Amino acid sequence: MPLANFIPSGADYLRYLPEIILSIAGTLIMFLEAFLGERRKPVLAWIAGLAMAAAIWGSIVAFAIGGFGFQNMVIVDGFATFFRILVLVVGLLTIFASVQYLDREKANAGEYYALILFSIAGQCVMVSANELIIIFIGLEISSISSYILAGYLRDDRRNNESALKYFLLGSFATAFLLYGIAWVYGATATTNLAEIRRTLMSPEIAPSVVLVATAAALMFVGFAFKVSAAPFQIWAPDVYQGAPAPVSAFMSVGPKAAAFAVLIRVFTTAFGPIANRWETFMWGTAIATMVVGNFAALTQTNIKRLLAYSSIAHAGYVLVAITAHSDIGNAAAMFYLAAYVFMQIGSFAVVTYFARQGERYVNVDDLAGLGARQPMVAAMMSIFLLSLIGVPLTAGFFGKFYIFKAALDSNLIWLTIIGVLNSAVAAYYYLRIIVVMYMRDPVDASENVGPVSPGLKITILASALGTIILGVMPSLVLDFAGRSASLVK
Amino acid sequence: MTLLNAVLFLPLIGFLILLLVPRGNPGMTRMVALAISVIVFLLSLGLVAPYWFAQPTGFTFVTDTPWISTPPIRYHVGLDGLSLWLVLLTTLLTPVCVLISWNSIDKRIKEFFAFLILLEFGLIGVFVALDLFLFYVFWEVSLVPMYFLIGIWGHERRIYAAVKFFLYTMAASVLMLAAMIYLYNRAGTFDYGTLLSMLSSGRLSLTWEEQILLFLAFFVAFAVKVPLFPLHTWLPDAHVEAPTAGSVMLASVMLKMGCYGLIRFCLPLFPSAARSCANWIIVLAIIGIIYGALVAMVQPNLKKLVAYSSVSHLGFVVLGIFSFTQQGMDGAVYQMLSHGISTGALFIMVGFLYYRRHSLEIADFGGVATPAPHLSTVFLITTLASVGLPLLNNFVGEFLVLQGAAMANFNWAIFAAVGVILSAVYMLWMYQRVIFGKATDDLSHHMPDLNGREWLAVAPLLVLMVWMGSFTQTFMPPISAQSSKILEHSRVGVDFRVFSHPTARTQETIRAAR
Repeated sequence: MPLANFIPSGADYLRYLPEIILSIAGTLIMFLEAFLGERRKPVLAWIAGLAMAAAIWGSIVAFAIGGFGFQNMVIVDGFATFFRILVLVVGLLTIFASVQYLDREKANAGEYYALILFSIAGQCVMVSANELIIIFIGLEISSISSYILAGYLRDDRRNNESALKYFLLGSFATAFLLYGIAWVYGATATTNLAEIRRTLMSPEIAPSVVLVATAAALMFVGFAFKVSAAPFQIWAPDVYQGAPAPVSAFMSVGPKAAAFAVLIRVFTTAFGPIANRWETFMWGTAIATMVVGNFAALTQTNIKRLLAYSSIAHAGYVLVAITAHSDIGNAAAMFYLAAYVFMQIGSFAVVTYFARQGERYVNVDDLAGLGARQPMVAAMMSIFLLSLIGVPLTAGFFGKFYIFKAALDSNLIWLTIIGVLNSAVAAYYYLRIIVVMYMRDPVDASENVGPVSPGLKITILASALGTIILGVMPSLVLDFAGRSASLVK
Repeated sequence: MTLLNAVLFLPLIGFLILLLVPRGNPGMTRMVALAISVIVFLLSLGLVAPYWFAQPTGFTFVTDTPWISTPPIRYHVGLDGLSLWLVLLTTLLTPVCVLISWNSIDKRIKEFFAFLILLEFGLIGVFVALDLFLFYVFWEVSLVPMYFLIGIWGHERRIYAAVKFFLYTMAASVLMLAAMIYLYNRAGTFDYGTLLSMLSSGRLSLTWEEQILLFLAFFVAFAVKVPLFPLHTWLPDAHVEAPTAGSVMLASVMLKMGCYGLIRFCLPLFPSAARSCANWIIVLAIIGIIYGALVAMVQPNLKKLVAYSSVSHLGFVVLGIFSFTQQGMDGAVYQMLSHGISTGALFIMVGFLYYRRHSLEIADFGGVATPAPHLSTVFLITTLASVGLPLLNNFVGEFLVLQGAAMANFNWAIFAAVGVILSAVYMLWMYQRVIFGKATDDLSHHMPDLNGREWLAVAPLLVLMVWMGSFTQTFMPPISAQSSKILEHSRVGVDFRVFSHPTARTQETIRAAR
């Protein structure tokens, strides 16, 4: 091939516009930080927010161009654009939720915003990757930033524990993923997803299915860790509990959504031909994840830990959609993740608000009386919790509905029954929080909750609005998801 | 914009208006809530118009517009003879509940009335939805405000009761959702009318196994709500712990959601399965009738007594539905409405007593007749209506159900009739202990009688008790037109005829009964 083919075209750069914007903004923040006085720090948050907004615009520009970039290493289809915008929305909501928190903890520094930007850049790289190595690079960018963010308050013991656990287990899981990629390359002599698929489909060159299945299993371990699917979920409660509340909000949605996007892309595109081998596994993992998440959440007293287990359970529902292995299933997973972003970030934002300095109040019981003292916040929290339960007219309901519909479409009747029963179990622990907020007598913990800071207010209201809008007019997102769900194969 | 849409969405708008009423102004909140609920009621009276002079064959006030494109879910609502009176029951009882909560609710008044009005929205929606999915949405939406009503304004064990209520209904209804999705995957539509026509034209045929499983998934969700023995255990807890208005809405309207679902969905959609299971279900219904009555007899707590009497009365409804006779079905629907009126009134009276005495224990009362003659008289009429005295409303329903049951299998009628006798025993005994006898302490001598607001709340119910008991013709024609249609559908695809279906119009039967 002539050398000129390897020089990226202008369109290639435009296809990578969001990642470019995010990286530049992140670097800019790191530089500016050194020159800005203590009082000018809020500017950094604005830059980060604007960069996100610009990157959302960039994703739309990239989508308008579409197609493959950088010698087929990058793919800008509807699926990638959907997830790019999703993680950028996560980033925006996180930044609004963080400003007051960082001030409160006296840790308002530029690197926080820079790390969030880099992490999201990594997630954008992941979701638009068409190639295993790019996936790996994106995953590493995203993960390493998240490791640091988990331990961001470095004087806090809980933060340190959280970061260390996340880092050790995370790198272990990434090693599995990398090993899996090596196996795939060894078996098929390519790392391009479509090429892998083609190799597996043509009988004369297809490698032994044992080899490919092992590779897929190794990669699945890596992804399962990132999405906290059982039995690789052990880290999640400890990490979410220890990390700063806004970071927990971020980690439980952003990296997770991106990891799911990659999981879906790799398993439906590259490993699609051996679907009959992995569907059973996915089936078992989905059930195990739902059951472990929901039943462990029943007895939690720490609200961050409870939300961590609930996020495991929700990963289980998404796995149900992936098990369906159809376009409808993929669209359902996409919609569910969008719904999940709003309700999860929203509830973590309320926790951020309520925990107060040093995160002293993170027990479920501390919320007693919030309904009387802060009716607005309690009402918003109730919306998020009802959505997490899956009550109609909230996003969570349609999310579950589409997932179980996709599962029934693929004739997974038992999986559906176990899934819906699980969602009934889940109602119990979410209701418990509502019970505490509204029906218990107020306790001291809720006495001196101050007003909600403007940033948090934006996050909470925007999340509530998203939850309701997706619950009343799901077509807004679902139609796009449905059109983008059939991945380029 | 049909009248029905106005009746449905006005409560939702009212809910938002109530949220905007400034906090700390209870008087204004109450007035706004009353105004909204009265306007909704007056509007809903207009829904009777098409049924007054003629019997429309299809649904009236139909709105059918797309809501969600994939899968095709439509906002499809309409009214027929079955849902007409249930909607009116809901819109009538909401202002009544506002009136009885006027003073008895003293904390978080704004939220209370907001949830009450939101509940009205959900309940009306359940009765008018003609799209399976839409029905499910309203079904679950009605759950949330009731959960809060019980959990925030209830008595001591309110939290336990509220959570139990929510989880029971939720666990049962998620399976119904799965069944709905399955049905959609087979038929390609959630639309009720389309499903029925596909079933009757044979374009959609379900295997027997499919029918049985789908039927059971729907049936269990409805049976929990009815509640049918042995799924009734949430009911006494919820009733006892709920505030008066909550108990009234729960008993009068929410339990009817289950009965309505059985008639509207279980019978026409899965006719063979419904007939195959009928004997088992009737056995459970009869156990419920007798068991509910026996347990009610020994209750020391007034609200629990009324709650168990509901289990007994609702057993009649299920018996009537699954007798697959015109009389049984008519009687079941009539009993649903009658029970809504008379048990609603009973709970209101119990609420009045509680407000005066701050106790629900029967043993704490006695000698009420002397200080409060009006209250005692109203309570007596309500008690007699609930017992099933002729010329009062419950008699009609129970009689028709027994007649229908007797036509299907005479033994059922015998067992069910025992329940009627028992209901006289426990209700009258309760009345005697509460109202007559010696006053337990001098507190009873100071018991105030009904005031104007309280009269206003119970008067419409008293009128209806007599009206429904004496002038059946006002209410029956739309019901029996609709129930004969449901019976028609429940014969589709059933190649065996278990029972004979007398063709005699029900009106004649009632005339004969009178």
